[in-house]
Amino acid sequence: MIEINAQSIAFLIFSIFVLGGGLGVVTTRNLIHGALFLVLSLFGVAGYFVLLAAPFLAAVQVLVYIGAIAILIVFAVMLTRSMTHLREALNNQWWLSALVGVLLFVFLTVGVILPVWGQGSAFMEQPVSEVVGTTADLGVALVDGNQFVLPFEVASILLTAAMIGAIVVARDDDK
Amino acid sequence: MEINLNDVNILPWLIPAGPLLAFFIITLITNRSKMVPATSHEYGGHHPDYDGMPVHVGSNLGRVASIVVGMVGVVLALIISLNVVGQALSVSHLGEEVFQSSAVWMDTGDTTFNMGVLVDPFTTVMLVMVPIAVLAIFIYSIGYMAHDPRQARFFALISLFAGAMLTLVVADNLLLLFVGWEIMGLCSYMLIGFWFEKESAYKAAIKAFMTTRVADVIMLLGIAYLYAITGTLSFREILYNPEVLEQLATTPAIIFGGSAAALIGVFLIIGTIGKSAQFPLHVWLPDAMEGPTPVSAMIHAAAMVSAGIYAIIRMFPLLTAGADPHHGVFNAPLLLMSVVGAITAIFAATIAVAQNDVKRVLAYSTISQLGFMMAALGIGAYIAAAFHLITHAFFKALLFMASGSVIHGMEHGHHHAHEHGHHGHDEHETHDAHAGHDEHHETADAVFDPQDMMNMGGLRRTMPVTFWTFLIGGFSLAGFPLITAGFWSKDEILADAYYGLTHGYGPHALVFVLLALAAFLTAFYTMRQLGLTFWGEPRTEAARHASLGQGIVSLTMTIPLIMMAFFAITAGFVGVPEEFPIFGAIFSPEHNPFHHFMIETLPLNEATEAYANVPEMHVDAPPFNLIPVATSFLVALGGLYAGWLVYWRRPLQPGEEDPLIRLIGVEVHTTLRNKYYLDELYHAVFIVPSQWFSRAVVSEFIDRGIIDGFLHLIARVSIWIGDLFKVLNTWLIDGVGDGIPELIALFGRWFRRVQTGRVQQYLLFVAIAALLIGIIFAVSTGILQAAG
Amino acid sequence: MTIPLWMYLVVAALLFCIGVYGVLARRNAVAILMAIELMLNAVNINLVAFWRYITPQMMNGQAFAAFVFVIAAAEAAVGLAIIISVYRSRRSVVVDDVNLLRW
Repeated sequence: MIEINAQSIAFLIFSIFVLGGGLGVVTTRNLIHGALFLVLSLFGVAGYFVLLAAPFLAAVQVLVYIGAIAILIVFAVMLTRSMTHLREALNNQWWLSALVGVLLFVFLTVGVILPVWGQGSAFMEQPVSEVVGTTADLGVALVDGNQFVLPFEVASILLTAAMIGAIVVARDDDK
Repeated sequence: MEINLNDVNILPWLIPAGPLLAFFIITLITNRSKMVPATSHEYGGHHPDYDGMPVHVGSNLGRVASIVVGMVGVVLALIISLNVVGQALSVSHLGEEVFQSSAVWMDTGDTTFNMGVLVDPFTTVMLVMVPIAVLAIFIYSIGYMAHDPRQARFFALISLFAGAMLTLVVADNLLLLFVGWEIMGLCSYMLIGFWFEKESAYKAAIKAFMTTRVADVIMLLGIAYLYAITGTLSFREILYNPEVLEQLATTPAIIFGGSAAALIGVFLIIGTIGKSAQFPLHVWLPDAMEGPTPVSAMIHAAAMVSAGIYAIIRMFPLLTAGADPHHGVFNAPLLLMSVVGAITAIFAATIAVAQNDVKRVLAYSTISQLGFMMAALGIGAYIAAAFHLITHAFFKALLFMASGSVIHGMEHGHHHAHEHGHHGHDEHETHDAHAGHDEHHETADAVFDPQDMMNMGGLRRTMPVTFWTFLIGGFSLAGFPLITAGFWSKDEILADAYYGLTHGYGPHALVFVLLALAAFLTAFYTMRQLGLTFWGEPRTEAARHASLGQGIVSLTMTIPLIMMAFFAITAGFVGVPEEFPIFGAIFSPEHNPFHHFMIETLPLNEATEAYANVPEMHVDAPPFNLIPVATSFLVALGGLYAGWLVYWRRPLQPGEEDPLIRLIGVEVHTTLRNKYYLDELYHAVFIVPSQWFSRAVVSEFIDRGIIDGFLHLIARVSIWIGDLFKVLNTWLIDGVGDGIPELIALFGRWFRRVQTGRVQQYLLFVAIAALLIGIIFAVSTGILQAAG
Repeated sequence: MTIPLWMYLVVAALLFCIGVYGVLARRNAVAILMAIELMLNAVNINLVAFWRYITPQMMNGQAFAAFVFVIAAAEAAVGLAIIISVYRSRRSVVVDDVNLLRW
């Protein structure tokens, strides 16, 4: 069984954040609430990253996802405000979607995750390494010519393109 | 193959070539015509049917060119013929050393069929007569047809006719003879119906053609049968060959019993009965007078009717095979000829005495004289028949041409009589040549018939040349003793007949009696014709003014008369019997030249001795006997005297009826004038049923009923099938063909609703699909099982 | 480690499925976008968890996750720009209304 220590409690709390936030996002009718739930969920994910010895990613998660994307979503909600309350939240295929979701989860869990990585599987026999790469290693990896410098540069170009694209698409043509 | 034109064997090929070539040249090149309205004076005559239509009229240049070409053709034929005749006469035994030449016509298996030319004594004699007579007629036609709009066509046709006759004469086999025969039949049709606007003309042409056709078919059967038995049609191989004759005489015929020779002979004779207008197929000849007079002269004197007798004379050895007429043994062909000939002679002569149309008298006279010839052949008087053929050609051609001149003169006189005080003629009126050459102009007083002898009279004063030549010809026909050709030929026939009569041969007796009677009647009607036409005073205004006028037209119409008159007198002197007092010594010192020459045509006695069924053919002329001579004198002079009594001593006055009617009774006269009602009989017995049959049976029943019915049936069935297919098409094919796309469209219309345009729906399907695939994958690799 | 890998994976899977449900079932376009973010986050959790438990020495996992961030950001920006543009022309952010490509 899992021992109760600080790690597992943190895991539990963050799990509740993640899943609760997620559920909240997909069920609330009020989109501002949804955005806030999203923020909660993202925060939980950041916590996961900390638990998983990836502090840099946790920080980036907070900064980028919560600080930029979630805010962006809030802006979008504000800008499309007339539609936030009035309608039903779900469309007419929601039950089938729910079914699919449940089935998908069951399949993934029972069919894929647990057999391969679950209790009693071969994976569990192996110990988990304690030697972990640091943030400095990540930094090096991102600029090392033999590693990820190219995707790094491409990603930056992509961002630039996306920015320009977003500006162009969302620009008001009257002005 | 070398063609040496100096070789006398090759020359005969060229004889028909001249006129035939002239025909082609005129038809294709020189016969030029222009279109004028039918009421134009150039068209001549008034033919109401054609008014308002443009019609063809020969151009003047074409007319002259055609005349020249035609004349050149016939003169060429004459020159070459005289050349050949000259050479033939210099050969001592022409009968054995004939001029002949033949070319392979076609290969018939293991034999070849040859066509060629043959000049034997009989051909030589014909080659004297035919070109001379034809030349005279051609010259006559220049003037006679001078105002006819289609004179060029006329010359083309008479050239073809002359060419065909010459072909027939020089032919060396029966088939080539038949070819010439048939071409002449065609030409006679076209020439008799030359003035085709006139109904009586074209009807007469059809009648001539049909009647001779009936006979020709039977003749062709005879020819075919002959070929079937002997494998050849060459004259020399059949007729000069006693072996073949023996074979024919002993082979039984396939039908009717008797020998093959007899059957073939009878069939050939039937052909001649048609072509030479013997009873009962004579009916076409009088109607053939509808053609222009040169045509009558040519067809009914010199050429076509002579062709029939020529064919018989040519085939004589075949006809006598199995019999011996000189010794009283007769077979079917000979009997047929004697009887038919004799009956025809007397029959036609009786009709001739009651005819009022000047050409009709001559037509029946021709029939009668041909009967003479045929009867002569029937009793075996081969040479006499040939002799009479020659002399008849000359004097009959003369008589016809002279009668044409008379008619021409009468028309001329008629127009002159009417121009004093007659208005409305739109024909140009000159004196020497007048329009309206056609003998049937339909003016207001169309009742006037220029050919009716009752309208004539006294023409000897205004047309003297015509009168004298007509007289010479008529006397020759009547057989005026001693100085005319007709006497000598007729006398020879009677002599032969009498000879047989003294031996008690039946046919000879029949022939003698009937022919003597016919000769009497011949002389009578000749004198009648002369008296009514030329003697006395003119009975009508037209006759008073009748004349040929001056100029080329009259010249070309009188010169031939004089030519023929010469021959009508002198042609007889080649055949004077040796033993005839005075004349025999002058003209026939050693032998009768004609008889001696002609007899060579027949096979030699030495050759025929060995064969029982082939008679001796080289038989001497009968010994001179005074009785037939006296008979000839008697009948000729008697007939002429009788005619003089009735028509000359007291010439007929205008308006009087024919004195003959009183003499023989009006019923008899009417019967004779109506030709024994034979035409009416034929019409009722043959023509009407044929027309009924063709209309009711063939046209309505077979053609419209059965054939059309059958075709309509097929049409209906096809339409029904078509409808069936239409239904099938609509239901089945259209059903399937349209149905499948319909289904697809239906499916498409139903299926496209998947495209809702809603992305979430698409994504849902993707998710479901991924799930399913995953599950299947997992199950198949057993992971799920391991877990579950 | 106290928490076995599979727990992280299960949570990630659950989050992913919640995101799937949200994408497929929500009417509002912005809500769908938020659900997409959830899905991306689930992916990130997976990536980092696998990195931590299998090859913590190499930085491949983290780098990959970093790139996912970038992509997610870019996609969110563009997507929201599109939504705003659509809203401007159609006055609606209900996805069902954007169905011009229907039959």
